[in-house]
Amino acid sequence: MFANLPQLIIGLADLAAAFLFLYGLQRMSSPATAPSGILVAGFGMVAAVLASFLYVFSVSAAARPHLAVNIGLALIALVVGGGLAWFSGKKVAMTAMPQMVALYNGMGGGAAGAIAAVELFGNKTQGATQLLVTLLGALIGAVSLSGSLIAWAKLDGVIKQPLRIKGQQAVNAVAMIAALAVGGMILVATLGGAPVLLATPTWIYVFFGLALLFGVLMTLPIGGADMPVVISIYNALTGLAVGLEGFVLQNPALMIAGMVVGAAGLLLTLLMAKAMNRSVANVVFTNFGDAPKQVQGAIKGSLRPVEASDAGIAMRYASKVIIVPGYGLAAAQAQQKLYEFVKLLQAAKVEVKFAIHPVAGRMPGQMDVLLAEAGVPYDLIFQLEDINDDFASTDVALVIGANDVVNPAARTEKSSPIFGMPILNADKAKQVYVVKRGEGKGYAGIQNALFYGDNCNMVYGDAQAVLVKMIEAVRGLGAAAA
Amino acid sequence: MDASITMTGFVALYVFMLAAFAGWVIIGHVPAILHTPLMSGSNFVHGIVVVGGLYALLNASTTQEQVIGFIAVLLGAGNAAGGFAVTQRMLAMFQTSDAKPMPHHLHGHVHAHAKVHHLKKR
Repeated sequence: MFANLPQLIIGLADLAAAFLFLYGLQRMSSPATAPSGILVAGFGMVAAVLASFLYVFSVSAAARPHLAVNIGLALIALVVGGGLAWFSGKKVAMTAMPQMVALYNGMGGGAAGAIAAVELFGNKTQGATQLLVTLLGALIGAVSLSGSLIAWAKLDGVIKQPLRIKGQQAVNAVAMIAALAVGGMILVATLGGAPVLLATPTWIYVFFGLALLFGVLMTLPIGGADMPVVISIYNALTGLAVGLEGFVLQNPALMIAGMVVGAAGLLLTLLMAKAMNRSVANVVFTNFGDAPKQVQGAIKGSLRPVEASDAGIAMRYASKVIIVPGYGLAAAQAQQKLYEFVKLLQAAKVEVKFAIHPVAGRMPGQMDVLLAEAGVPYDLIFQLEDINDDFASTDVALVIGANDVVNPAARTEKSSPIFGMPILNADKAKQVYVVKRGEGKGYAGIQNALFYGDNCNMVYGDAQAVLVKMIEAVRGLGAAAA
Repeated sequence: MDASITMTGFVALYVFMLAAFAGWVIIGHVPAILHTPLMSGSNFVHGIVVVGGLYALLNASTTQEQVIGFIAVLLGAGNAAGGFAVTQRMLAMFQTSDAKPMPHHLHGHVHAHAKVHHLKKR
């Protein structure tokens, strides 16, 4: 009875953790309950980690002499790894969140790969199924580790340009096939066949090397704007790897947590691909984030530049304003100024809403977080499908740092590369003000018909500077009236 | 009482299938406004891999196993702690118009107006 007690406690703690993860994620269905959701999930994690120290009562005979050292190593690893990540997570700027999430995600993939490595090197798996699943988890975990690290480097600006080599796809395919072949060889050798050329442990090193290489090769050619999809994919892959290693270790908590995350990542991947008007296959197998090459007809009309102060005053006397923020707003660090301006408009009884496109940012939902950080209440923030019908009854649409996501060509131009992409109907507003650094094109490299519309006015300048002028103009009105 | 768990073949597939389905349904209900904290939060959830790392490290009997197990716990702990820290930080930022503390540089009626606006919308 007492011999079983540690196992029983571990089992109960893991069961509680699995339940609390699901319950915590379920509470994320509203911003009001979400903070308590992550908290209960955190309790689950702490319980599972503490309980896993009870494994000391059931270690194998071979490991018993090393137990004191192993416990010390475990404590050091927990404190150092957890501590560094905790403090970096508390400090990181919200604009740098995508690369931070990529980094943590890579760590999870690496941990899953490392667990698989222990199983493989120690020849601890039993039977062909377990071995196969271990190899699969190792492959996916290693790809997720190196791929996420490259994604981190790209998002952080360490790698500035997408790196492409001739025959990239062929090279990637060769790396993948080689990894699978070596994996097959390890499988046969471990099950009793004779290893070819090299000893099995050497082949395991080669296997991990190829998997890591594939992750690097697959991620390097990807352009910056496709990062929301890439991060979602690697999130799903790490989840899958964790789930598979959970099966190998016969730990249902890992299996459930991993699979839930795998499903979440897949769902977000599909959502992001849809918002970018690309199929997932297109995103995964062909030129990630390539600017499409196309010839397009000239757009009739001309651009109409206006002063920032005039734009600000026009909005002050409007009754309904919808703001469309894009990544350019965050790049100019102008969220705070924007909300300051919005509060002035609200003081003048103008109804202000924010309209967010699903791919506004470098990861799903990043713009929402950046606005929340600036203090914008979330009941003013609306998603595309909830607000698109409101533009027609809106006096002013203010577009800041967004371009392709408000291009009406997506609705009308069959020849346009963004045709079919869901866009925000800013062009339907009575007046449109576009804050832009210059006359450049959007990420997709195409002209924006919105800018040439009769109802559109261009406000050129850095978003931060433009907003300061708008705020001064509206404040000036108040002072003049008083 | 037998507390050990043995999962083979189809039992494992059932667990995977049910977990994937539950994840799909639960995540499908998360509004787009929370997609970044959702991603970092699910990132945190797969940090449970640290438990697997601890199992591997505590059972290590060679230096090689100790080194790899140490890496597994190090990375897994980083995944879990970092994922939790950023998710908690982000979720704390989402406030409604009602709960917002009054900004010091604006007049009082701003807050009152925001409140009315919020109620009208509901």
